[in-house]
Amino acid sequence: MPKFAVIVFPGTNCDFETVSAIKKAGGKAERVWYKQSLKDFDGVVLPGGFSYADYLRAGAISARAEIMEEVKALAGEGKPVLGICNGFQVLTESGLLSGALRPNKIPRFLCRWVYLKVSDTQTAFTQFYEEGEVIRMPIAHAEGNYYADDLSKVKIAFQYSDEKGSIVEEANPNGSLLNIAGISNEKGNVLGMMPHPERASDKWLGSEDGLKVFKSMVEYAKR
Amino acid sequence: MKWKARIIVRLKEGLNDPEGRVIGKALKNLGYKIDELKVPKYFEVVFESDEPEKEVEEMCKRLLANPVIHTYEYEIESLGE
Repeated sequence: MPKFAVIVFPGTNCDFETVSAIKKAGGKAERVWYKQSLKDFDGVVLPGGFSYADYLRAGAISARAEIMEEVKALAGEGKPVLGICNGFQVLTESGLLSGALRPNKIPRFLCRWVYLKVSDTQTAFTQFYEEGEVIRMPIAHAEGNYYADDLSKVKIAFQYSDEKGSIVEEANPNGSLLNIAGISNEKGNVLGMMPHPERASDKWLGSEDGLKVFKSMVEYAKR
Repeated sequence: MKWKARIIVRLKEGLNDPEGRVIGKALKNLGYKIDELKVPKYFEVVFESDEPEKEVEEMCKRLLANPVIHTYEYEIESLGE
């Protein structure tokens, strides 16, 4: 059974939920303090939260921590690396994914449920979804406005949509370019997303649409 | 040698600055004719180095600015030994 590290920085706060979502999806998972090592793990999840209180730019300080060198090495080996919310911000800040997450167009913290269209099923985290499937998950962020001046190295995995899967301006909560909610690298083994799949991993949470992110990841790591 | 760098990090031209927009609007509400307001970040760094220019350039590139969305400028003052 593949084993995942859920990295905890000072200020991370979604680590426990993320561990339990991975376990529910059939994987092993452990919380790993950022000063520990990533030896013997088959994949990494950078969970949500407010690492270093979002000082400088969200994710900027964590992205320069030593453990990120190990994360880069792991990603280079083709192992799955998932960044959720603050974790996505860490991935762009570290250069593992291109682009940047800017403050929301209307500058306030957004905490609400959104619809997403699955735009790419050829990644380690979306293989169990159908192309174009519409799913429901919560967002909770102040800096989720995706921007890039060059999209050539980016594969769009999730886009904010309406209930029917149309990518319309009204469904864009934060001003993201092309309604982008999640992207992956070209290889599809590094993915960042602003919505929280771990908060949509059981029916009693209001949705279990996010569970397939973890199931896909666990399955991918078995290869 | 010790140095003091004064670094300004700005958003690239054309990128919208939500914080600046809101502050600009508040000034407008106070009766000023505001066309534009931007909120750059300002850093003061006191450091020791034999190559101050090179190191400040690196500090900007590696952490203080995000090259995807920012430009930066700085001046460096000598604080002596």
